[in-house]
Amino acid sequence: MKRRRYALIASVLLSIKIEAQPPEVRAIFEKSCYACHGPKMQSANLRLDTQPERAIVPGDATGSVLYQRITGTGDAARMPLGGKPLDAAQIAVIKRWIDETKAPTHWAFLPPVRAAAPHVSNPGWIRNPIDAFVMAKLDAEKMKPSAEADRTTLLRRLSLDLTGLPPSPAEIDAFLNDKSANAYEKQVDRLLASPHYGEKWARMWLDAARYADSDGYEKDKQRSVWFYRDWVIQALNRDMPYNEFVIEQIAGDLLPRATQDQIVATGFLRNSMVNEEGGIDPEQFRMEAMFDRMDAIGKGVLGLTIQCAQCHNHKYDPIKQEDYYRMLAFLNSTHEANMAVYTPAEQMKRADLFRQIREIEGTLQRRNPGWEDRMAQWESRVSANLPRWTILTPEVDDESTGGQKYIRQKDGSFLAAGYAPTKHTVKLKAKTDVRNITAFRLELLNDPNLPLNGPGRSIQGTCALTEFEVDVAGKKVKVAKATADFNQPERDLEAIFYDKTPRHRVTGPIEYAIDGKDETAWGIDAGPGRRNQPRNAVFLLEKPISEGAFTILLKQNHGGWNSDDNQNNNLGRIRLSITTAAGAEADPLPAGVRTILQIPPGKRTQEQVQTVFRYWRTTVPEWKDENARIEALWAQYPEGTAQLVLENRDDPRETHILTRGDFLKPAALVTPGLPAFLNPLPKDAAPTRLTFARWLVDPKTPTTARSIVNRLWQGYFGTGIVATAENFGTQCEPPTHPELLDWMAVELMDGGWSLKKVQRLIVTSATYRQASNVTPEALARDPYNTLLARGPRFRVDAEIVRDIELKASGLLNETVGGPSVYPPAPDFLFQPPVSYGPKNWFEDKGENRYRRALYTFRYRSVPYPMLQTFDAPNGDSSCVRRSRSNTPLQALTTLNEPFSMEAARALALKTLREGGKTDAERLTYVFQRCVARRPTAEESRELLGFLEKQTARMREGWVDIWGLTGEPPKLPDGSNPVQFGAWTALSRVLLNLDETITKE
Amino acid sequence: MGIEKTRRWFFEQCGVGLGAMALGNLLAEAGLASNDPLAPKKSPLPAKAKRVIFLFMAGAPSHLEMFDYKPQLEKFNGTLPPADLLKGYRAAFINPNSTLLGPKFKFHKVGSNGAELSELLPHLSTIVDDLAIVKSMTTDAFNHAPGQLLMNTGTMQFGRPSMGSWVTYGLGSESRDLPAFIVFSSGKKGPSGGNSCWGSGFLPTVYQGVQFRGSGDPVLYLSNPKGVDAQLQRDSLDSIEKMNRMHLDVAGDPEIATRINSFEMAYRMQSSAPELMDLSKEPQHILDMYGAEPGKPSFANDALLARRMVERGVRFVQIYHEAWDQHGNLTKDIKINCKETDQASTALVKDLKQRGMLDDTLVVWGGEFGRTPMVQGGDDGRDHHPNAFTMWMAGGGIKPGLVLGESDDLGFNVVKDKVHVHDLHATILHLLGFDHTQLTYKFQGRNFRLTDVAGNVVKELLA
Repeated sequence: MKRRRYALIASVLLSIKIEAQPPEVRAIFEKSCYACHGPKMQSANLRLDTQPERAIVPGDATGSVLYQRITGTGDAARMPLGGKPLDAAQIAVIKRWIDETKAPTHWAFLPPVRAAAPHVSNPGWIRNPIDAFVMAKLDAEKMKPSAEADRTTLLRRLSLDLTGLPPSPAEIDAFLNDKSANAYEKQVDRLLASPHYGEKWARMWLDAARYADSDGYEKDKQRSVWFYRDWVIQALNRDMPYNEFVIEQIAGDLLPRATQDQIVATGFLRNSMVNEEGGIDPEQFRMEAMFDRMDAIGKGVLGLTIQCAQCHNHKYDPIKQEDYYRMLAFLNSTHEANMAVYTPAEQMKRADLFRQIREIEGTLQRRNPGWEDRMAQWESRVSANLPRWTILTPEVDDESTGGQKYIRQKDGSFLAAGYAPTKHTVKLKAKTDVRNITAFRLELLNDPNLPLNGPGRSIQGTCALTEFEVDVAGKKVKVAKATADFNQPERDLEAIFYDKTPRHRVTGPIEYAIDGKDETAWGIDAGPGRRNQPRNAVFLLEKPISEGAFTILLKQNHGGWNSDDNQNNNLGRIRLSITTAAGAEADPLPAGVRTILQIPPGKRTQEQVQTVFRYWRTTVPEWKDENARIEALWAQYPEGTAQLVLENRDDPRETHILTRGDFLKPAALVTPGLPAFLNPLPKDAAPTRLTFARWLVDPKTPTTARSIVNRLWQGYFGTGIVATAENFGTQCEPPTHPELLDWMAVELMDGGWSLKKVQRLIVTSATYRQASNVTPEALARDPYNTLLARGPRFRVDAEIVRDIELKASGLLNETVGGPSVYPPAPDFLFQPPVSYGPKNWFEDKGENRYRRALYTFRYRSVPYPMLQTFDAPNGDSSCVRRSRSNTPLQALTTLNEPFSMEAARALALKTLREGGKTDAERLTYVFQRCVARRPTAEESRELLGFLEKQTARMREGWVDIWGLTGEPPKLPDGSNPVQFGAWTALSRVLLNLDETITKE
Repeated sequence: MGIEKTRRWFFEQCGVGLGAMALGNLLAEAGLASNDPLAPKKSPLPAKAKRVIFLFMAGAPSHLEMFDYKPQLEKFNGTLPPADLLKGYRAAFINPNSTLLGPKFKFHKVGSNGAELSELLPHLSTIVDDLAIVKSMTTDAFNHAPGQLLMNTGTMQFGRPSMGSWVTYGLGSESRDLPAFIVFSSGKKGPSGGNSCWGSGFLPTVYQGVQFRGSGDPVLYLSNPKGVDAQLQRDSLDSIEKMNRMHLDVAGDPEIATRINSFEMAYRMQSSAPELMDLSKEPQHILDMYGAEPGKPSFANDALLARRMVERGVRFVQIYHEAWDQHGNLTKDIKINCKETDQASTALVKDLKQRGMLDDTLVVWGGEFGRTPMVQGGDDGRDHHPNAFTMWMAGGGIKPGLVLGESDDLGFNVVKDKVHVHDLHATILHLLGFDHTQLTYKFQGRNFRLTDVAGNVVKELLA
């Protein structure tokens, strides 16, 4: 019995028709089965001529109910019931048919096809094809759609849906007074064009992109990624075609002549968490990040759950473990880069500075004919007698690093990674056959995996070397002299490196690395635009050493007090060399210039010549003034902002299947590729990340367009047509309106992948415009509104709860974009023992206090409490469907949170200022600011009664008005503190209504 | 009576002090499943435990100093471990080939079962006959955040529900005015895994742990805002409720009824939570037993509060106590940790027992992994060690007076009765009346569970 039911369910789940039965099968059915399971009668709800799939498991006769029943196996009665059993030959025919029937392809794995809009009972209701699909289903259920919502409700719904902000009373009036036939469409166009549209819909994408402003895991340090967040907002506002939107986020850096914006877009993949807990293997968490990226692409773009295949073949969907790693191989060869990006104003400033510098240099060249010869002479001088260096490959003493990993690179250098202690002395034990070593060279190298390309690990990509020492047999070797290509003038250590001691700590020239003092260090900060360059220093020994073994100690004590924060000042990528040359000094030439000099002069490009000139001119004494002018220009160079991005590696990584997803158990090597059940890559396409990105949005890729239109639909109606927005695989919830889903998916693609066009269709449909009020009967009939016989009604998302509060109270600062902000939050949340380490929360006191909640700084481990309480995800993993809870903690927040009180006070003040002369007028004003509509007579009575009672209590001194209101600003003429107090209490009531935080 | 009439009657006659049950009935009549996801549910199988208190010793306590006496480790102090032991072994910080470090404290035989506890645990030593000590715990993670996630959510990955969330999802709440799953954080800092340690993952967010504080407002925004007196708060709530009720009549959306209920429960919580947190009402001998001091946040206070919470129907209480991460200063710091926790952990078990609550309250004590038999940094520290560590449990159907499992002579690997984190989870769920393979939630097209794809109930642990 149990098994039979299972079989029935299993075949229903395939949810697509079996091909027509062959004639010999049909003949048997006609003779023996149709009487009860055919056109006239459907016993047990089974009709074999049209729905045989309900009784068979394709490819598995013995597992099929049909076969079990006709053979009489199992405990149920043999079929045909009461009739003559089928003979062996007949049974064999049926068995072969079932065994040879192929499981039909899951609907979502076939590309969407546009279905014709169905005929419906009431064509007059139809505003666009969406409605036809919805009504066809209602017709089938013998249900009728609801009337259109009233105009005020509609405008509030539309405003909240398109911009996340409620309409102002003026906007409502304008709409109510607009008698034109297309008044509603005009509102749609206005709101779609609003800069706040991108803010509203960016949140949907940022959830999928698991956006957060911190690293996650234990340290959960701040990271700088808001440029990516703003890129999403702007892309949506510009209605960037969705296919380009995806391509740029997966591989924008690989597009021809990629712009800064296109590179910033790759921040999508970089939103993975980073674990810099002490003692980790960075490769382990790099792999975790890769898995996270696959998950984000799976859920966010494909609408497929592919995570399972990380460890084993997917249990339900045809994704093998090998497929998973083949897809991962497209993504695997990148650096975890972090680059400086610039606002448009900063970009103009940069262009202008570069132009001025070129002008000065051009003038120098014009006024000094023959400069080429002089430069050539200089070149031959600086190319002679260079010391020969032998690269050392020392062993790292693991215990000396304080948990930081020094990862050996192919060029003999070490890249620092993982935990970054703010103070440590790494010991590097070297053995060499070279004798008579006269000097050591320390190179600081750039690396894309370091902040802003390094060469250091501080958030500016800089570092400080407190002391350089060499020990031979436990005895310190004396360094006679140190030279470096860059000697920073002495300066106080930056505030972020404060170590809670009163010591005067400084960075300065290279001598500071051999002066034996813990307060001084060699610094490499050459100022904005030039601080992220490779550097080298040479340490000349007093006496050559001939012992084959020695230890190099690199003391790095110039970080701050808190190793759990961005306070390290460590070396990032280093290489050590030795020489036997006498009197070796650091090469003063920048590494880039030295490389060019190795190219024969005739083969250098014009640009290379200019690069050499750019350095050489600084050495020409009589050009002092020009050089000084150029230096002054550099001082104006904009600081820019860091952004995590992708950068391709020159040497691709090999990708292996990892046994059970364990990075320590690599199995077979794989090449980039796709699961066989999905459409293939174009022939001859190079197996690159860009190819993969383009494939993701290929019109033949079956789930991409469906997945995004489904999420848009979910945004408007609360639930997607496929309720499991993250999974369109075989285990998904069946779509409520499959043809509509496909119609919209095709419409999206045919419409140039314009998200705004599809959304315009949705919000102008009659379906969307229905009233959301529900009768008990209708509620009982369709509690979750899956049939859409009424409009959507649900509590808005966490961010919008706050935005409504701010907009209603007039506090909202509508600035779009910029660094994340710090609205008020309880301090203790960011301190141990609530937080693992102390975290910064610089509460904004100025205008940034009232920015939209989208801009609230998001710590993964300490989410902003109000947002968490209203179900905002914290960015740990990709989220394409939020839960929507309704809890006492939410009530406590809107009732008692000091910031909510601040909004209530502001709303009261605004009402007294602008709300009219009488309490009745004011009530209408404040009520409309919260819920858009006017209060009913009964509601007015209740609220004015409340106002009256509280006014009396305040007048009689029962309530501490100044406690409630704070020292009020200048009250509007004619109003008094009691009024302010009473209206504050009333505003608070209104901001706490279910209706205020609900889209109706 | 029609549904509309029922609702009117309900609101008018009962007022809106409606409990979850009543609301559930109302909604059931309206043809909806109970809208209250926290309504109490019966466990599918017979349960021994109704609630859990998990004392989470975050940072990973050294089993070798507290529970797992290794004379051989003492003997071989200062020598290198056998090479074959280290094959394939990875340590977080140290080169695994570091010298062995003998236990830093003296051990005594205690209890009638001859369990050996160190001098660090004078209090716990007195109740060994009530405990089941598991000396054969093992885990897969050896970094804090992943280790804590594994111990709490059954996986090292973020985004999965925590044990408390699963239990609350399975059993609902017995309390009308307190959250079902409450979390404390005491000690030096918060846990490495952050909020995700008590997150609800893909389960609805109502199941996530609610953080309580030992001082100030126990729950965020519990107190009325400045200037709002009790009367104004009540008047405001009445007005909000009336407005919501009027609107419910128009809009008909049961969510509004749920919201009314949420506000009422919030109001109840405003009085019940401060009452709960007020330790000054506890008799002096109870305070002394725990070492608790009203108004002075400590692990002891949190342990006593945990008892008060389970008395009031809270389903799952977790106290995180950081930090046991003794890479160095082992001797001094572990002493401090034990001083902070030994007495109160013991008192909690004794107190529950004397109130007759230990039978159906499960107390769990432990961290995310153990510590290396090898030394780290000089001669007074140990690194992270996943292969073997110790936890203890008491009450809730656990066999008292049991010492389960053994590690090898160096405390490096488990040699007998291995208990993996998944097995622990399976056992805890079993005690609560669940088959751990059946307590599932469908997400992303598959049924997820706390024990992932593993876990066996440890029969030996059951009373």
